[in-house]
Amino acid sequence: MIKVTNLHKSFGEVKAVQGISFEARDGEVTGLLGPNGAGKTTTLRMLYSLLPPDSGEIRIDDLDPTRDAMAIKDTIGVVPDNRGLYARMTARENIHYYGELHGMADQDIRKRIEEFVERLSMADFIDRRAGGFSQGQRVKVAIARAMVHDPQTVLMDEPSNGLDVMSTRELRKYILDLKSAGRSVVLSTHIMQEVTALCDRIVIIAAGKIAADGTAAELLQQSRCATIEDAFVKLIGTDEGLLA
Amino acid sequence: MRGISTVFRKEVRESLRDRRAVFNTLLLGPILFPVLFLGLAYFGVSLQEERAEKTLEVPVIGQEHAPNLVEFLQQQGMVVLPPPDDPEALVREQKAEVIIRIPDDFADHWREGTPAPVEVIADPSRRESGTALNRVRWILNGYNQLIGRLRLQLRGISSNLDSPIQIKDVDLSTPKSRALMVMIFLPYILMLTAFTGGLHQAMDSTAGEKERQSLEPLLINPVARWQIMSGKMLATNFFAFASLTLTLLSFKLFLPFMPIDQLGLDLHLSSQAVLKILLVIAPVTVLAAALLTLLAAYAKTYKEAQSYMGLVILIPIIPSMLFMVNPVKPETHMMWPPLFSQNLLIGEIVRGETIPALWLGLSFGGTLTLGLILAAIAATLYNRPKLIFTSS
Repeated sequence: MIKVTNLHKSFGEVKAVQGISFEARDGEVTGLLGPNGAGKTTTLRMLYSLLPPDSGEIRIDDLDPTRDAMAIKDTIGVVPDNRGLYARMTARENIHYYGELHGMADQDIRKRIEEFVERLSMADFIDRRAGGFSQGQRVKVAIARAMVHDPQTVLMDEPSNGLDVMSTRELRKYILDLKSAGRSVVLSTHIMQEVTALCDRIVIIAAGKIAADGTAAELLQQSRCATIEDAFVKLIGTDEGLLA
Repeated sequence: MRGISTVFRKEVRESLRDRRAVFNTLLLGPILFPVLFLGLAYFGVSLQEERAEKTLEVPVIGQEHAPNLVEFLQQQGMVVLPPPDDPEALVREQKAEVIIRIPDDFADHWREGTPAPVEVIADPSRRESGTALNRVRWILNGYNQLIGRLRLQLRGISSNLDSPIQIKDVDLSTPKSRALMVMIFLPYILMLTAFTGGLHQAMDSTAGEKERQSLEPLLINPVARWQIMSGKMLATNFFAFASLTLTLLSFKLFLPFMPIDQLGLDLHLSSQAVLKILLVIAPVTVLAAALLTLLAAYAKTYKEAQSYMGLVILIPIIPSMLFMVNPVKPETHMMWPPLFSQNLLIGEIVRGETIPALWLGLSFGGTLTLGLILAAIAATLYNRPKLIFTSS
């Protein structure tokens, strides 16, 4: 359960986030939808305590990322925009390293990795070095290492970027599995199909502010449009999102 | 602490898989430096010997003015060559190392018993002609003394009168301390290795990780950033120390092949000396690792980090250069400054001197303190939110 109230963040002159508030409930997938540069990544970075907010409040299961950074990092799983792997290590070693950093016991890590191999179909590359991985393989490793400690809250920054159809379907299935397991999932995206296929709630962000917030049906009603895409364009007030 | 050791183990393991980096840091230096060093020494010795034993071929101008002198020169093994047309040009063009000119008035002076001039034409700034020049002077001096004494004896005066004092050299330098002159490069090479050994690791694990976008996900793990930094710094330290150990061992293995007999030197590097040197230089690897990590964390890109590294390499060279130009006697107050003290101490160890425990303590403590201060600064750099941004 995430609760964000009136979040602000500036980088010098640039006001990246100006008063964002939303909620992400357990057992739901919340989509942060917005054009490039709208402030999605900055908002997520404040959620996983990489950046301190200038003002505003964040609570993740009643923990504050600015004060309880270590405790929060234990309960969240993050697939950030930057998802570099260690090229000279195998997929298994990449995931194992993160398990160790979470202080997990060796046998627990191994068991988790076997689960991922099964669920994310990683069998044919789990023991290969990450240097030559395809985009899809890289994302799978990034997800597995982020989820190795079985977190309650999951944050994903444009997870389906650069994935082919098969990988995207696998990813969606995995996210829906997390949802039915009662996890709170937040994902940022600018892909409309993803929003309609996955999200229970949609938070539309434009120029660092909340443009709209609600279920898909609510957004359609609010904007009197037939598709989410039209609703999105109407709600953010420009068509810049479509150029991305 | 768990975080530190996890990061350390991963960094070392990953780097050991980078074959090119392993070769550069762990093998290239330890093979190249001793071979280069010993090769140069060998070359120098054999060249000097060759010059000293080579028949001395000297053109002599005006041989007709002093036939006795020319005969003496030949008796001493010198091959007297016919006079050239332009002796000065010949020396300037390095076609002859030394030329002797006996001026026209030599015979007149000789008969009158006033000092007869003999000119020795050479260019002492050409170091390679030094040996030949010394040999010519030595032979001429011999003739000078011989004739001087003969003249005194002819007049019934003891030839001892001509030598009011007798100079005797009492050489207190031991073969070991003479070895120091050859080993003057050792501290220099070791200091350099302490820095270069960890260079790749520091760059790759901080600036490189930033560039490959794996730093942000790493920092999301529940491990304090100073621990992550410390793990990386220790890995840097590990490679610097490994590189040093290998360099020293390789010196130890190569030294017996030195032209020791010709130099009259004791160039033995005992296992105990190797251990002592490693102990003395260990805090330098901490200092180097901290400085390299600090710069790599400060730089926004790999390229920027690289540009700093070029300058960092100059730091360990400064004290060594200073002592090569201006050797000083080690004293207690010199044991504080990092790098300077190690230079002096390694010199003492190679000479086989015993080192006061106080010196060791001061040197170790002073350098380690500075290293830890730099590490603390690096840790604060790691705590900056903007660490992960490669631009801005």
